[in-house]
Amino acid sequence: MAKKTSSDLDLGELELAAGNGLVDRRGFLNRAGSAAGILGTGLASLAVSPAQADPLKVQDWTKTPGLGFTAYGQPSQYENGVGRGPIVEPNAMYKTGPGSIRSPLQFLDGMITPNGLHFERSHNGIPDIKPDEHRLLIHGLVKRPQVFTLEALSRYPMTSRISFVECAGNSGSLYGKTAADGTAQTLHGLLSCAEWTGVSLALLLDEAGVDPKAKWLLAEGADAASMTRSIPLAKALDDAMIPLYQNGERLRPSNGYPMRLLVPGYQGNMNVKWLHRLKLTEGPTMTRDETSRYSLLLKEGKVAQFKFPLDAKAVITKPSPGLTMKGAGLYEISGLAWSGNGKIVRVDVSADGGKSFAPAVLSEPVLSKALTRFRLPWKWDGGPAVLQARAVDDTGYVQPTRDALVAARGNSPAYHNNAITNWAVAVDGGLKHVYA
Amino acid sequence: MFTRNALGAALLVLVAGQVIAAETPHLGTPVTPADIAAWDTSISPDGTGLPPGKGSAAQGKEIYALKCTGCHGVAGEGKPADRLTGGQGSLATDAPIKTVGSYWPYATTLFDYVRRAMPLNEPMSLTNDEVYAVSAYVLSLNGLIGEKTELNAKTLPKIKMPNHDSFFIVYPGNLK
Ligand code: HEC
Repeated sequence: MAKKTSSDLDLGELELAAGNGLVDRRGFLNRAGSAAGILGTGLASLAVSPAQADPLKVQDWTKTPGLGFTAYGQPSQYENGVGRGPIVEPNAMYKTGPGSIRSPLQFLDGMITPNGLHFERSHNGIPDIKPDEHRLLIHGLVKRPQVFTLEALSRYPMTSRISFVECAGNSGSLYGKTAADGTAQTLHGLLSCAEWTGVSLALLLDEAGVDPKAKWLLAEGADAASMTRSIPLAKALDDAMIPLYQNGERLRPSNGYPMRLLVPGYQGNMNVKWLHRLKLTEGPTMTRDETSRYSLLLKEGKVAQFKFPLDAKAVITKPSPGLTMKGAGLYEISGLAWSGNGKIVRVDVSADGGKSFAPAVLSEPVLSKALTRFRLPWKWDGGPAVLQARAVDDTGYVQPTRDALVAARGNSPAYHNNAITNWAVAVDGGLKHVYA
Repeated sequence: MFTRNALGAALLVLVAGQVIAAETPHLGTPVTPADIAAWDTSISPDGTGLPPGKGSAAQGKEIYALKCTGCHGVAGEGKPADRLTGGQGSLATDAPIKTVGSYWPYATTLFDYVRRAMPLNEPMSLTNDEVYAVSAYVLSLNGLIGEKTELNAKTLPKIKMPNHDSFFIVYPGNLK
């Protein structure tokens, strides 16, 4: 007999770390022998396996030469159910116009979003920009106003960073009075993470010579919405960049081709796509998308403007609504955690609706302002359960419950909802979004 | 000055124990204010950037009927796209209605946004006079100016928006 397999595990002996079957993260890993072996398997296969496997067949694909090569690869045809959605177009009168489409978080694993599944949000369609004719203008309070071509920018030293982008409106339905029916994708899918490669904004600003009076800059897109947002100069000099590449290839049109702004951790909308103008100014310009939109309407009608970083949040993607659990047994709970203020240091998971929590394993690498994958084994007894994940970042900030967030802000802010999500597990293995 | 300091950190390279300032490519092409005029359309809240021109609500009414009603409804009452009028007094209730009149803190934003982004199907197609006029119409529907008030680079920034004082700026702090 070689090593024990997952089905050999004596579930009764696992060390429990919190109520309703949450298994201690160390105990499970040690007993399984190899963390990769266990954690790499799918949701259903972690359940206790049936008594006897079917006889093994030599399949046709093993006896027939396979297909040839293609210039740009596509996912397996058997994965064609994995896609972005739903397409939100407010009205048939404006077929493109403002809209969005969400990443299928519950079907992905790891921390990186494939380029074809990165969420999209645009305010008047995706422009078809000819790269040779695109220009980036830097002007306003600078000594040397100047224009860059894509070719010129491509000659600059490149920097890379892995960073999430999250729409400020993501998870917004959790401000509502009743729990919206939905999945990780439809409730939280205005969220993605990529490796962005491009030019440091501080470097370009230094070349332009920033006037000491400048404290903000206006970033403008070349799309038909001329999306404009004011960015604090301090942020621009700290960690902002102008990505030309996304996960190794040129930006996708829907993500700003040929160049965009990246302000790590800040409201998605500030990462202006199709970037063509940066104007250094003394104060914020007070554009429509930083006054009428992307501001938070609080209780008593007060409005919080320029809340930029997206605070720490965790979402369980597996299991989650749409993925049915197949009978009592051992499962892996896994999900994503992130903070616009820094690094995730802990994710606590609960299976009893927040009465007790156990800390999850954080998959390396754990990076500042990037998605972090967390995992924790769970021995489901087949009874009702309510799953939660709660993120803690390196500023000490602890993700709030929905009750606490709504008590502080009311039901109307629309943006920056980072409340803890509850997934209720029913005895038939189905999951549903509920309020505690 | 602080630009230089922040950059110092970004551009210093350590070579064999010695710190040297890296040379940067300097591949931008100089450009004159006249050459950027077509792009430099943003308007600050104090009115800087507003172009010459003028218009009144009476003139804007026609433009609105022709170019905006289809999406924003008669008299800005909304549907299929955003409602532009009314809602004053609703923000603190259970059913807040955010419109130019009830929510927007600056009148300059209206000119800036309509000129760059509306009508949705034909952005940047209106003349400056038309943008002044249609902005005047939307403001007058909200009871913020009279029908005959002339909107221009001087009068527009002086309009006090009723919800202006409800706004507070969170940055550089955070809202918990
Ligand atoms: C084809 C449809 C369409 C037409 C025509 C149109 N709009 Fe719009 N308008 C929209 C949509 C859609 C939005 C929301 C855009 C977004 O959210 O990015 C909008 C937003 C606005 C807003 C901002 C509303 C807010 O509260 O933030 C204003 C103001 C506006 N339009 C004015 C106008 C004016 C003035 C005209 C006529 C000159 C016009 N629009 C014509 C579709 C249209």
